[in-house]
Amino acid sequence: MINIDTVVENGVATLKLRGDVDASSSIDLDNAISNTKNAGHKKILIDAVELNYISSAGLGVFMSYIKDFEKEGIKLVLFGLNEKVLNVFTMLGLDQLLSIASNEADAQKLINA
Amino acid sequence: MKKTFQIPCSTNYLKDARGFFNEALSDVGLDETTQNAIILAVDEVCANIIIHSKCKESQFIKLSLEVKNGKLIFEIMDHGARNFDINTYEGPELDEIIESKRKGGVGILLVKKIMDKIEMKSSNGTNICRLYKSI
Repeated sequence: MINIDTVVENGVATLKLRGDVDASSSIDLDNAISNTKNAGHKKILIDAVELNYISSAGLGVFMSYIKDFEKEGIKLVLFGLNEKVLNVFTMLGLDQLLSIASNEADAQKLINA
Repeated sequence: MKKTFQIPCSTNYLKDARGFFNEALSDVGLDETTQNAIILAVDEVCANIIIHSKCKESQFIKLSLEVKNGKLIFEIMDHGARNFDINTYEGPELDEIIESKRKGGVGILLVKKIMDKIEMKSSNGTNICRLYKSI
């Protein structure tokens, strides 16, 4: 079960994730990112401070947008991942393929760079 | 002592399975990150069974955990269509997945990275997957 709130401020869309992204809820994450992209946003922040859990289904959602976002000049930055969630990304080396910042201030700098 | 639990064959119940294993592992003394990774591996196997074995929600997946001789032994039992063998499955490479934009394919890779040994067997319509992890 995942709750996702989207806030748009100063040209940056922030998706705040709360809960678990697993094989049952990854579709919600996918829809939220897809809707944000389709609304024309070019800067997307993923607030993972309250993301408790992610499985491969969630990783798969982020991976599936890497190519399209590169092509369309869309920036996506994740921040606030707790240690156990970050570990799931690093086990596969995804921390090297996605932009991950430790906090919101660093994420804002990265997305506006 | 073996601790057991079961969930209906639907991804809606994966959270309950994780809750069971979190509770069952609480007195083992793992750090939070390691415990999460181990539960992730079991979650990936269950998700794989639910998605690929075409089992019905009225069917159950039986789960157990045994701590024995410094090892965690997880057992996942289902009655769906025979599952493929994780050990011989060669999933796509990470860059292939990204290139093809497919939303999945790294679950088994994670299980192999996290667990020490994976055993799978099927007989008389029952599939058993055992995952071993030294602690």
